[in-house]
Amino acid sequence: MYDGGKIITGLIIGLLALFLWPFFYDRNGQAGVSPKPELTAKAKEAGQCVAPTPYMREYHMQLLDDWRHTVVRDGERYYDTSEGTWHLRVLGDINDATAGAGERHYKETDRKIYYKSLQVTCMDCHSNKSKFCDECHDYMGVDPYCWDCHIEPKENK
Amino acid sequence: MMGVDRREFLKIAGLSGLFGLGGKAAIELLAPGEVEAQLSSAPVMKGKRWAMVIDAHALDDELMDVCIRACHREHNVPDLDDPKVEIKWLWKEEYPHAFPGQKHEYIGDDIKHSEFLLLCNHCTNPPCCRVCPTKATWQREDGIVMMDQHRCIGCRFCMAACPFGVRSFNWGDPRKAPEEKNPDFPTNVKYPTRSKGVVEKCTFCAERLAKGQLPACVEAANQIKENALTFGDLDDPASIVRELLRKHYTIRRKPELGTEPNVFYIV
Repeated sequence: MYDGGKIITGLIIGLLALFLWPFFYDRNGQAGVSPKPELTAKAKEAGQCVAPTPYMREYHMQLLDDWRHTVVRDGERYYDTSEGTWHLRVLGDINDATAGAGERHYKETDRKIYYKSLQVTCMDCHSNKSKFCDECHDYMGVDPYCWDCHIEPKENK
Repeated sequence: MMGVDRREFLKIAGLSGLFGLGGKAAIELLAPGEVEAQLSSAPVMKGKRWAMVIDAHALDDELMDVCIRACHREHNVPDLDDPKVEIKWLWKEEYPHAFPGQKHEYIGDDIKHSEFLLLCNHCTNPPCCRVCPTKATWQREDGIVMMDQHRCIGCRFCMAACPFGVRSFNWGDPRKAPEEKNPDFPTNVKYPTRSKGVVEKCTFCAERLAKGQLPACVEAANQIKENALTFGDLDDPASIVRELLRKHYTIRRKPELGTEPNVFYIV
């Protein structure tokens, strides 16, 4: 190989440039900042969602899936927070970040019954879909098809 | 330790098996309906075999239009203005088309051209549910033939199986329905629309029943004419629908097919 040293050096520089390009591109450190869902005044005032916030953050899609299944297929349209399905899936004390995995300890202080509906119940408080749902979903690269059928709230953008 | 001999063990096993299996049935015999009453704390209307009785004498063009409008606005059914792609949950049809087995050539013009209100019959023996490959349509315990739009893959087997033509296919996105015909679509923001590629039909207003309300068409009709449309539970001998069926002569669409429709017409 003629000029092998130069070619290999060139290749190495090229590869390095390729792999380091994202760091250069994101030199302001913007890509690493995850979006924070914004709460509406109504959601803030309510203080609590249908389940504890850490659970909702991680498992809201499972709760919604459970809701749509039980509502449509079993005709169970009301959700009792004291019997909520989320009890089964959370390990560890959800109120205490230092507790290890194990039994579930979350104490229900305020039992409530909710009408299980994304469109009517969830979006009533979280009426800012673009800030509350879309920002995170875009960041994570997920594209839930809920809104093909379910009507999104009107927003003043 | 307490000794249990073989005979004793078998006795206990047999008895507990009997109670285990027959527990609910036994309670049902002693206090019918009480178990259900305790199970349902939320306001849900319970029935075992929902049915509708339509009084054909009370039907006129205006009343039927009001019912159709109430239904289609409640469920965000768009007006596509083209019979090839139309979507209908509730519609009008002339007698010979509604009851093809009953027509003959000497039928009077007034009957021949009288229109009937048609909807899903919520058959006791629904052929649509038997052919659905994904169980997207199935019969609920209360008799309602329900649709799960999340599961529908749009194969349209159910449309081929239904002898009453109550099912409609979304050939396009309903939200792209022509604006001049649907100025305020979606009309009910508390109810979803459908997406392109799914089948839809009347659900006997399952979502309204769950809140203890009557189906939208029944409510709308009764505001104009009392008892034009009646909704109730066939399983309850004291229900108004049973009373009407006892008192009047009623017909059903294509009963010879054996699907056992649960929509009755007083003629």
